Amino acid sequence: MNAPAYNFAYLDEQTKRMIRRAILKAIAIPGYQVPFASREMPMPYGWGTGGVQVTAAILGPQDVLKVIDQGSDDTTNAISIRKFFAKTAGVATTTATDEATVIQTRHRIPETALRANQVLVYQVPIPEPLRFLEPRETETRRMHALAEYGLMHVKLYEDIARFGHIATAYAYPVKVNARYVMDPSPTPKFDNPKMDNCPALQLFGAGREKRIYAIPPYTQVVSLDFEDHPFEPYRFNAPCALCGAENSYLDEIVTDDKGGRMFVCSDTDYCEGRQAAGHHGSLSAAPYKEKAQEASNG
Amino acid sequence: MTTIAELPPGFADKVLSAQSTFRSVMDAMARPGSVQRIVPMAGAPGMMMRGTAAIALTLFDHDTPLWLDARMSESSDVTKWLKFHTGAPVVQDSSIASFALISDGGALPSLERFALGTGEYPDRSTTVIIQVDSLSSGRGFELRGPGIDGVATLQASIKPFDLFERLRMNEALFPRGIDVVLVADDAVVAIPRTTRVVSKGS
Repeated sequence: MNAPAYNFAYLDEQTKRMIRRAILKAIAIPGYQVPFASREMPMPYGWGTGGVQVTAAILGPQDVLKVIDQGSDDTTNAISIRKFFAKTAGVATTTATDEATVIQTRHRIPETALRANQVLVYQVPIPEPLRFLEPRETETRRMHALAEYGLMHVKLYEDIARFGHIATAYAYPVKVNARYVMDPSPTPKFDNPKMDNCPALQLFGAGREKRIYAIPPYTQVVSLDFEDHPFEPYRFNAPCALCGAENSYLDEIVTDDKGGRMFVCSDTDYCEGRQAAGHHGSLSAAPYKEKAQEASNG
Repeated sequence: MTTIAELPPGFADKVLSAQSTFRSVMDAMARPGSVQRIVPMAGAPGMMMRGTAAIALTLFDHDTPLWLDARMSESSDVTKWLKFHTGAPVVQDSSIASFALISDGGALPSLERFALGTGEYPDRSTTVIIQVDSLSSGRGFELRGPGIDGVATLQASIKPFDLFERLRMNEALFPRGIDVVLVADDAVVAIPRTTRVVSKGS
């Protein structure tokens, strides 16, 4: 049902124009955070109000929308945003990465390689990578203007001094097009290499902090590191317990109070696709489903 | 003297037409050198091309000071149409304009006269929209930069002839700079400040 009281995709046209202009400047200056007049949305800050506004500004009736939250299509946040746009824009939705033209994401990049006709919209909580090093916006602006990023390297170096390796595991800072240091949003650093030279356009929206930034397609994105401590993506050393994938990002799931745990793909669509294609892991869901069926039949 | 009733119309469907036009411009900006088509059509006044008119209806409003070149600003059809449909204030000082509309590329003023942004706010720069003869035939250009997989080629017939030489200032200015949108009828090509263009001759 379409609620006639709202404009297409919820936002009014003047707001969309303002966001669209910000998106164009963001694309023209890769990695630079464009301020925009973020609106209140019918969901709390921290639930993806920035991503929702960006999605609302680009979405058209011919689009197919996928929303993921930590890789999963079926968490509350993902479902509510998907329903929000199904209701306010009447767009088709999907959980399949292949079929989507617009993918809004909270903290993951899908495992399936993205294509040129797709747009990836990130929900960003704190867009400023230097914020925890320098709280003043006037100062971080100047640091970006002068490309003065020594402080970020000091931070990574302090990791090495303290832990022996770069201990930053998510929101790992990247340099875009050899100019701006950018926060990739709290994605695991496992996903950082996927941002580099990606065929899809990547847009980032931070609602509370009122910033939009972008990585155009086929743009160099380098994770900051040191010659003797090169960037390394992190992954649990285990196959997925459901689909057996050896190269996907894994979630750790605690299964009991005796230290039992299992590792499963964070990207549910990828995992389901592999299981449908016949891949099985050590704890494949199939036996349980069959057991449940037998129990209900018998 | 044109009355408001005689002005060419805006979009028939404001919401979806603006969305479709924006996606074409966004794709153009994200993939410099690629020719994107603007599908929804609105009436276009005077010497304004229909692609330009659609972009104006999509992106201009009271928040976007507008600078018009001499031919555009002398046409009361154009200024009235823009005022009625977008409400964008037309300014004489090009250095405070969000957008500039150029119908006669031969008379394009020096690009330094537009807003280039500041080091802290490079987004506060003018987007220059230039109407050109053709984006499908003419001289060949090689483009490189973000948004381009290796090299993109563009065949275009553009005035001023030295536009891309002039845009080289973007290289030294970055992150400040000028973003250019080229329009030929319903075709759009964007040249953001990150794009480096090499002329291949004729």
